[in-house]
Amino acid sequence: MKLRGLIPLFGFLVLVGALAFGLTRDPRILPSELIEKPFPEFALENLEGSQIIDPKVLQGKVSLVNVFGSWCVACTTEHPQLMAQRDNPDIQLVGIDWRDTRDAANRWLVRHGNPYDIVIFDPNSKLIVELGVTGAPETFIVDREGKIRYKHVGIITPKDWKDTLRPLVESLQ
Amino acid sequence: MRWSLIIWFFFAGAVFAQTSPTEQRARDIGAQLRCVVCQNQSIEESDAQLAQDMRRVVREELAKGASDEAVIEHIRESYGDYVLLKPAVQSNTYVLWFLPALLVLLSLGWFVFRQKRSATPASVETLSADDETLLSKLMEDDA
Amino acid sequence: MTAELGHMALILAFCVAAFQAVIPLVGAHRNSARMMEFGDRAAVGQFLLIAFSFLALTSVFLSSDFSVKLAALHSHSEKPLLYKISGVWGNHEGSILLWVLMMAGYGAAVPIFGKSLPPRLKARAIAIQALVGAGFLAFILFTSNPFERLNPVPMDGNGLNPILQDPGLAFHPPFLYLGYVGFSLPFSFAVAALIEGRVDSVWAKWLRPWVLVAWSFLTIGIALGSFWAYYELGWGGWWMWDPVENVSFMPWLAGTALLHSILVLGTRHSLAGWTVLLAITTFALSLIGTFVVRSGILVSVHAFAVDPERGVFLLLLLGIATGGALTLYALRAHTLRDPVPFNATSRDGALVLNNLLLTAALATVFLGTFYPIFIDALDGSKISVGAPYFELTFTPIMCLLILFMGIGPMFKWRADTIKRLRVPIMLTLKVAALVIIAVALLGKSILGALALGLAAWLAFGTVLAVGRKSNWSRAGVRAQPASTWGFAGAHIGVAIFTAAVTSMSVWGATDIGTLKVGDSLSLGKYTYTLEDVGGGQRDNYNFLAGDISVTKNGRDVTTLSTERRFYPVRNQLTTEAGLHLSFGQTLFASIGEGDPEGGFVVQVYRHPFVVWIWLGALLMALSGFVALADRRLRLPSSKEVAE
Repeated sequence: MKLRGLIPLFGFLVLVGALAFGLTRDPRILPSELIEKPFPEFALENLEGSQIIDPKVLQGKVSLVNVFGSWCVACTTEHPQLMAQRDNPDIQLVGIDWRDTRDAANRWLVRHGNPYDIVIFDPNSKLIVELGVTGAPETFIVDREGKIRYKHVGIITPKDWKDTLRPLVESLQ
Repeated sequence: MRWSLIIWFFFAGAVFAQTSPTEQRARDIGAQLRCVVCQNQSIEESDAQLAQDMRRVVREELAKGASDEAVIEHIRESYGDYVLLKPAVQSNTYVLWFLPALLVLLSLGWFVFRQKRSATPASVETLSADDETLLSKLMEDDA
Repeated sequence: MTAELGHMALILAFCVAAFQAVIPLVGAHRNSARMMEFGDRAAVGQFLLIAFSFLALTSVFLSSDFSVKLAALHSHSEKPLLYKISGVWGNHEGSILLWVLMMAGYGAAVPIFGKSLPPRLKARAIAIQALVGAGFLAFILFTSNPFERLNPVPMDGNGLNPILQDPGLAFHPPFLYLGYVGFSLPFSFAVAALIEGRVDSVWAKWLRPWVLVAWSFLTIGIALGSFWAYYELGWGGWWMWDPVENVSFMPWLAGTALLHSILVLGTRHSLAGWTVLLAITTFALSLIGTFVVRSGILVSVHAFAVDPERGVFLLLLLGIATGGALTLYALRAHTLRDPVPFNATSRDGALVLNNLLLTAALATVFLGTFYPIFIDALDGSKISVGAPYFELTFTPIMCLLILFMGIGPMFKWRADTIKRLRVPIMLTLKVAALVIIAVALLGKSILGALALGLAAWLAFGTVLAVGRKSNWSRAGVRAQPASTWGFAGAHIGVAIFTAAVTSMSVWGATDIGTLKVGDSLSLGKYTYTLEDVGGGQRDNYNFLAGDISVTKNGRDVTTLSTERRFYPVRNQLTTEAGLHLSFGQTLFASIGEGDPEGGFVVQVYRHPFVVWIWLGALLMALSGFVALADRRLRLPSSKEVAE
């Protein structure tokens, strides 16, 4: 048996190994590039239209920055988790209203409750693109210096809050 | 490098540019950026809203005077390597970029040198003119 | 009842396949004629059972029997007949049943057309074919049963994906599978030959027509898919280097190399090792393609729904089939040495070079397609490889190949010199140079000129090769066997394809603007004016429609109707482009969002000679079928085999 004849078999086995590994991964989940980096610069109006918000609001307090929209069906599922944290003194809730109209967003917040201390109005995805967001809901945990520490893609379940997010928020106090 | 630039332009689109140079630059950059909410399309090709917004971001950056590389880098900082349809040439893509050329060179090399190595077919004897014609006729017929 | 009968037929077919996989193999080993003949009968029986099952499924769809889950999910009572039928394979379960049907069909062809085959080779090949088929039948029965019932029965079905309701797409899978699955025969025969320890010209002569058939069908299948993408997706792309497109293209590249190899092996008794490895590789790539499309491992437009259980099963199937074949190859490869030496400058040499370059091109597409998975496994990074990569790496290799294709066929077998061919080579070079200069001056593009020059080089070189073969005489031309015309047509098809791709890429134009009614965009001499915008509701979608008139130098050319459709039930937005196809320019327009005051987003295109991309591919496929007519490629009679 010549060694050269083994090359195709060997190559194939490597391929199968890689494919088997690939089956365990979801190709759609993107890790965040921004962990441990400062929150990107932005200057956008709040939902009320009464003032311009910039990253300074994230200084001094631990923030949970949540991307939502009135068109986002999944966001209604996670909303109770956010409402439960509305009066939590350790954390401020910052919402980014993505690709929405002020009317629709206000109506949605009236209907489902408004847990946010501040709502940033981002109809043209300016901040969204800076954050590398690909869908809603997505949530970032930002520390007191304004650095991003964690990104959560998708709905926040009670388990997510209990096991991952709350411990992280408490450790950042 | 020059070759790759030439071949890149090969597929870059309209030579009879109807569009301004900046717009053309925006399109070329857009063709290199993946639409992250789509299935395998660039932001230039996609209808998706996020793709439209990213196209706008590209044009805004260019209008502010950024270079092509800076714009691409900006998007890459937010979304990671995954957003590049044309993978960056970096340590974990050397194999990707250089293996094809290497394969071609190795194949051609093997092909050219195998002849020099092995004995030239001994049967290149001189045949009589008649035999030569007969032989070539048979060879041609046979395929 | 029909569904249950269909299901039972599948179970029976699996049992038959299981026996068919074992008994003929044992029979070949013991030289028992009866056991080997069992294989013949089983192959036909298996096909009939699966055909019955497929007909049962078709009848379920045609009769809109929504108690069967598959029909409820993918069909609708008001669907036109054609789409009810094509809906049978427009989903995972139905399409894999089609796959298995074709495997059994090709398997049944062996006893029917292969009466002159050596019985032990035939029995072994039938057994291997059944082994793989049994694997797929098990896959269907355990993970993808098309006959699963639904309770309670819904009033009507979910309907077919609107994008799939299209004649082009209805035929794309059957042709593709006829190709993909067709390569299972060379695979089975290669493994059978490795078991025997002998690969010879009888083997090659028998397989040749089947390789041609599979290759030609695959060419049509890929061309159909590309054409469909062009006119359906609305933005002028005809090849996106999407992972699923790539996995259909890789068997084509390997199949082309196999085709050339097996033609040589049949007549020149050389390249046995290459041929066997290519036969295994081509079908392995088909299997990998099936795996990729159905496992959710790569993000793609084409992928069926993600299901890890199916992915694991298919990976096992792929692993065992290919792994087994390659292990055999490793054990027996050293017996397949080439007895016939040849010069680099000879037709044999040219064909080896052809194989090498096609393999390099195949490896490149493979690398680009699977690199994200490899790198993720190695260091967890998420890299994506898109069209720009392939254009930079694949295209140059193909250009090199086309360069050699132009003159390779002129060389004689075994040994030849460039000096002997000085005259035709120089002539071809001069023609190419003329084309380059003319195009560079008229078309104002160096790159376009070089590419068209390359196409001209190939076309002219092919014509010269045919002319020399026929001694430039009418009698000589009439005396040419069909395979000469197959070769000529296929290579000229490649030249046409290259020229068409070049003209679209280099001289194609597009523009986008926000237009109110009456506004225009222009591309060169063509002016596109938005004449009318309407909207409304139709069937199961809402639409925005635009009429765009096109004039050239003031003269009316055509009116393009384009629509933007929204399907509320599926929450899906599609663009129907307005298309004017012709042999010359293809004019194109699509409408986007907007309102009457602000204007509507309109994108317009002008693509010169784009239809020749698919006409060139079609010529290649047709040439494959023409070559089948060649008597010398026909199956050897028992007399020839006895020699």
